[in-house]
Amino acid sequence: MAGTVTAAPLLQVDGLQMHFPVREGVLMRAAAYNKAVDDVSLSISAGETLGLVGESGCGKSTLGRCIVRLYNPTSGQILFNGTDITKLSQKALLPYRQHIQMIFQDPMESLNARHSVGNILEEPLVIHGQGNAAQRSARISELLDLVGLPARSRTRYPFEFSGGQRQRIGIARAIALRPRLIVCDEPVSALDVSIQSQILNLLIDLQKEMNLAYLFIAHDLSVVKHISDRISVMYLGRVVETADGETMYREPAHPYTRSLISAIPVPDPNRREVRPILGGDVPSPINPPSGCSFHPRCPEQQPRCSEQIPSETIITSDHQVRCVLHGASP
Amino acid sequence: MTLLDVNNLSCEFDTDEGRVRALDQVSFSVSAGETLGIVGESGCGKSVTALSIMRLLPQPMGQIVDGAVTLNGQDLTSADLQTMEKIRGNQIGMVFQEPMTALNPVQTIGKQLMEGILLHETKDIHTATTMTMEILEKVGIPSPDIRMGEFPHQLSGGMRQRVVIAIALACKPALLIADEPTTALDVTVQAQILALISELQNDLGMAVILITHDLGVIAEACDSVVVMYAGRVMETGSVFDIFDRPRHPYSKGLLASIPRLDTVPKTELPVIPGIVPGLQDLPGGCRFSDRCTHAQPTCSTQTPPLTAVPNESSTAQTHAVACLRWQEL
Repeated sequence: MAGTVTAAPLLQVDGLQMHFPVREGVLMRAAAYNKAVDDVSLSISAGETLGLVGESGCGKSTLGRCIVRLYNPTSGQILFNGTDITKLSQKALLPYRQHIQMIFQDPMESLNARHSVGNILEEPLVIHGQGNAAQRSARISELLDLVGLPARSRTRYPFEFSGGQRQRIGIARAIALRPRLIVCDEPVSALDVSIQSQILNLLIDLQKEMNLAYLFIAHDLSVVKHISDRISVMYLGRVVETADGETMYREPAHPYTRSLISAIPVPDPNRREVRPILGGDVPSPINPPSGCSFHPRCPEQQPRCSEQIPSETIITSDHQVRCVLHGASP
Repeated sequence: MTLLDVNNLSCEFDTDEGRVRALDQVSFSVSAGETLGIVGESGCGKSVTALSIMRLLPQPMGQIVDGAVTLNGQDLTSADLQTMEKIRGNQIGMVFQEPMTALNPVQTIGKQLMEGILLHETKDIHTATTMTMEILEKVGIPSPDIRMGEFPHQLSGGMRQRVVIAIALACKPALLIADEPTTALDVTVQAQILALISELQNDLGMAVILITHDLGVIAEACDSVVVMYAGRVMETGSVFDIFDRPRHPYSKGLLASIPRLDTVPKTELPVIPGIVPGLQDLPGGCRFSDRCTHAQPTCSTQTPPLTAVPNESSTAQTHAVACLRWQEL
């Protein structure tokens, strides 16, 4: 799967850091930094889905927001089709905005309650100066049809829809400008089980139809594995392991990935087993542990884990891990 | 031995759109030491069931209109307030979903924990303090003497949920009702909390009602399961009945629609068409009939009774299903 997706990546993130200052005192000086994203590199090819999993506070949403430039990253590069968009001004960024769109977790909070669905879907077209009124109207009908909403929806308001339908509106807005990449931030976490699968199917269909690339952020590993070609696991602002879904599930290399997979409740009572449970909580990204930030919780920690930040080891071309257990270095 | 028996419980709410029936003829029972899972989607009545048992329905909108809830032979639907106060927190403990809103932000952990103990167990503050430290230690909170003086905001989400569990267990209840206890938590912390609940259950021999929308959690933790949809019980049975031989089209659809770690990626998932209906616009007859792919005209006129599936009760629980066509399907 990942092998068939070719050559130059659509999106290339290199050494990205996003540090938020924690301000204190009368002068509001930065007393410390919340290192929400600390040295992340990844790439996504056209038409590919990269899943991003991790626990709350690991920086996965911050990373997504940096990529759509809702935040200005502290350092590092975000290359879209070879162009560095990290430092572009808002004006220079506009042409790229139509290629990189976003779907949010809570469809009620991300849709303007005072705008009709027609207005919500028309807004991106107006901002980017696409078509005249009649063409825009035709495009709205097309979009509603694509995401499986009835045509009469356009005059209605977000509160008149159920959660799953609202998420469909959010998806229609995201694809309105025919983007190349969509950052999906927990798009199904707020939905009922029977609705989740409808939305996942829709995302998969749209990807095939429009050759979309997704950065799919979620905490539910079964959902991520279903929709992704490759998966990256994040812990405290760093990517600790990247692999295709099958490898990640069958041969996880990082102890954190293994703990994460074993913690997922399996919907089959015949496969109940006593599994090792990862103790402790995710530490604060303001003052992360030294060395490998997972070492205080790691079942396989060694003395050197607290001293050095493990570098990336390439197990196969599709499988990279950051853990001293797999390091070539002594 | 049956500890709690819920029989034909119905409850109604007054809303702006008129009176709606949030629970309709719900029946199940829980024995001591057993874990019963109630599973369903939003609006199916899982939480209303818990609130009805505790007699905590919002007043005056919510009313129990029919049925009985019997705890150890005592009917709770007709019990007066004083009786209920003796039962809540003492015989039935409750764990809520959101540990931040379930705790009082301006009171210390110790004070909130001691409230129940001072009310039900002892009047002596020193004994109460010792008991509080013991229970905090039991739920895995390190250095309980320091934690007792702290406020909820000083704890992490997982720690807060441990405190909420400690409060629920402070008086060693016979029944613990946990309403989505792990939904707001990360998976690794969820595994910790579920392990804690089952460990404490073994220690105290209590019954647990675990309310969740997560079928994975049900399969891991429960002995028997009640599948609810739009205020009615669709299917009930042992956890193996429900997962290995589901009979109701809704249970089947639900189980088929969840992505699993071993399904082939990027394939079309089976779906249940349509949306979860609001309680104002339910179809007639079987409440699932408008989304059911096997529905026939009779399904929307006749209410299917909960019928026992013969020769299939793997354990003490009966496998029962509320579908007119379960035998053909």
